[in-house]
Amino acid sequence: MPRNTLRVVLRRLALCGVAALGLAAGTAHAEMVLRIATMGEPKTLDPHGVSGTWENYIVGDAFLGLLTEAADATPIPGAAESWTISDDGLVYTFKLRPHTWSDGTPVTAEDFVFSLRRILDPATGAEYASLLYPIKNAEQINSGAISDTSELGVRAIDPQTLEITLVGPTPFFLELLTHYTAFPVPRHVIERHGSEWVKPGNFVGNGAYTVVEWTPNAQVVSIKNPAFYDADNVKIDKVVYYPDEDRGAVTKRFRAGEIDLQDEFASADVEFLKQELPAETRIYPKLGTYYYVFNQTRPPFDNPSLRRALSMAIDREAIMEKLIKTGEVPAYGVAPPETGGDWQPYRPAWADRPYAERVEEAKALVAAAGHGPDNPLQVEISYNTSEDHKRIAVAIQSMWKALGVQAELVNREIKVHYDTLRQRDFQVARAGWIADYNDPQNFLYLLETRSGPQNYGGYSNPEFDRLMVEQGQTNDRAERFAMMQQAERIAIDDDAWAPIFYYVSRSLVSQKLKGYADNVKHIHRARWMSIEG
Amino acid sequence: MGRLVLRRLATAIPTLFVIVTLSFFMMRLAPGGPFDQERPLPPPILANIERVYHLDESLWRQYLRYVGGLLRLDFGPSYRTKDFTVGELLLQGAPASLKVGGLAVIVATVLGLAAGITAALRQNSWVDYLTMSGAMLGIAIPNFVMAPLLSLVFGVLLGWLPAGGWGGGALPFIVLPVLALALPQVARVARLVRGAMIEQLHANHVRTARAKGLHERIVIGRHALRGALLPVVSYLGPMTAALLTGSVVVETIFSIPGIGRYFVQAALNRDYTVVMGVVIVYAALIIVLNLIVDLIYGLLDPKVRHD
Repeated sequence: MPRNTLRVVLRRLALCGVAALGLAAGTAHAEMVLRIATMGEPKTLDPHGVSGTWENYIVGDAFLGLLTEAADATPIPGAAESWTISDDGLVYTFKLRPHTWSDGTPVTAEDFVFSLRRILDPATGAEYASLLYPIKNAEQINSGAISDTSELGVRAIDPQTLEITLVGPTPFFLELLTHYTAFPVPRHVIERHGSEWVKPGNFVGNGAYTVVEWTPNAQVVSIKNPAFYDADNVKIDKVVYYPDEDRGAVTKRFRAGEIDLQDEFASADVEFLKQELPAETRIYPKLGTYYYVFNQTRPPFDNPSLRRALSMAIDREAIMEKLIKTGEVPAYGVAPPETGGDWQPYRPAWADRPYAERVEEAKALVAAAGHGPDNPLQVEISYNTSEDHKRIAVAIQSMWKALGVQAELVNREIKVHYDTLRQRDFQVARAGWIADYNDPQNFLYLLETRSGPQNYGGYSNPEFDRLMVEQGQTNDRAERFAMMQQAERIAIDDDAWAPIFYYVSRSLVSQKLKGYADNVKHIHRARWMSIEG
Repeated sequence: MGRLVLRRLATAIPTLFVIVTLSFFMMRLAPGGPFDQERPLPPPILANIERVYHLDESLWRQYLRYVGGLLRLDFGPSYRTKDFTVGELLLQGAPASLKVGGLAVIVATVLGLAAGITAALRQNSWVDYLTMSGAMLGIAIPNFVMAPLLSLVFGVLLGWLPAGGWGGGALPFIVLPVLALALPQVARVARLVRGAMIEQLHANHVRTARAKGLHERIVIGRHALRGALLPVVSYLGPMTAALLTGSVVVETIFSIPGIGRYFVQAALNRDYTVVMGVVIVYAALIIVLNLIVDLIYGLLDPKVRHD
């Protein structure tokens, strides 16, 4: 190619580039756009198939449950404007708010009946259906024992009135209804499009936003739903959700002004961010517990005193202060403080003794179990691949070494890790739990015998089980909480878990983003937010 | 030549079949399944899901079901991204990967050739040393360092280009990923060309051309360059395959919705069907690229003739 032709081509290319840049810059106009970076690609936008917090951002903006979350995530009336509860706490009657789907079709009580039957139908294969087991016959239908879904304890009295009957009084039931498993789905659209109903173009919801675009691994775009009942108070016109698993890359985009809200920045970045972006860096307690679980179904951890020894020897404060510096709270109990409003986690007496003293006592316990220098206790610590999990495991390994315990670290990728937990093929393992609803029961039930594979360590204590069943039979909050406090005390005194810390949420929030309220559920709905400045 | 193409395409089908079979069973040997997760599913629910996806059937039946689907060009459903079939995911992801990878191939070839030829013509001068030191650096700095560095400098600090994102594939969004992907390859091409060019400049036919008194431009452009291109062409095949399939890191760092990212995510999530789909696309791509390289080789080198 002659030289000048090349030059001409290059010049044209450069012009194209400049023009493209200009176009990209020129698209900015008065439309108010919120750009959220979530933690990963949504599995689906069908609320009945969703199971992750990153999906909750999208579906929670697109659908409105009977109850919904305020800006600070407290439950407030949603699709239901009012309700009554029978004296025995078993029958809830909801009066629906007159409102429509985003295509203008009215939302009726029948839609809720259809939705609840659909998620519990085994053919739907909904991962999270078990959350609705408090509803009468839900468990039987979902497990296939009852094949007729119309036996479900949900009925439409008239188009505006819905009645739900429960198995037992479930004091957290209203809170549970804010969860995406209880969202209504549009029957008329599903019947027309089948599984294609969630595709942009077909998508219909009753929430503040409607999904209009989904490019896998790139973005989901929702626009304001003009038919939303409270549309007048919704300020943001368009929400773009960027799914991205590379936390560091997202933080760069946030710093470049391309993202308004980043969910969960990398913990390794915290010191840098606190220094560089102090106003944007938001760390807040979250309803979650990070714990080590002992496999109690086989030696050596069928021996409670060994569990006690190892739990006592973990210096949680040192791990938080020197290793994980993101403000997590050292944990000794099962449910985090303030769960359900004012939960006080149990703190065993040994937790307040000086660490050196605890180590001595732990040594004695290990020795009493028959382990000494020539017969050291050998354990395997399992964790899933992650820099933080590894650092914590290494720290715990060295703390246990002081007791003469030889701990070996076993690192597995996440799917394999949870598979081995499910099979109870481990000795001590790292695990974590983030609450689905704001009630201590949502943590404590993990230790019930009937929780099966969710009770990783196979902890089983009849007294604990009895208390957990009984707390579900009363609606008296004080009485319930007292029973659960007692249950937690039993489980911790049995050292079913060695809790390590209570989680925090780590977000980057642009200073232009208004209406974002830190909260323990870490749920932030776009309808309460706006972009200013 | 036509026969070569036919013959190669005929062997491609059994090759793909073997790849499909091997990957299908190897993948199932890995522990864990698509529905193992932080919150374990209650057994009845797990059973419901496995029934929906036919994962409760024997492995052989699943294999036959899968191959049967493939024959109808049905790659099956994704277990992870439930609202899309694997076919849809590949159709959405492949263009992004091809765009970034393809541009990177062009950039790497053009810049590499220019740098290599310049260095060879000014052998042992400061131009040569500078170009080749640059090339060494390009090879030595891995993608996962180069990509965040480019994003930090041009996206965050200078603010000239987006720090990440796809923007529907608009030009400003793809400049950095293409550069990050192409730079190490520019360096490799430059080194190859420089070596081959220097060798050609001392070859007999070039000396003869010079002796005939041909203009230097013709000597280099027509006689030396043609020979110097051969190693580049044979490298073009693996390079293109590497750039089109190996953009996982760059795709992740710049949030590009390409199939490289699906591959890694799917492997970690045990999203069997997506892994299979990407494997098939990659295998087909490599088979076709190798064929194209062989054909170009025949055109450039008179010693190679396909009959």
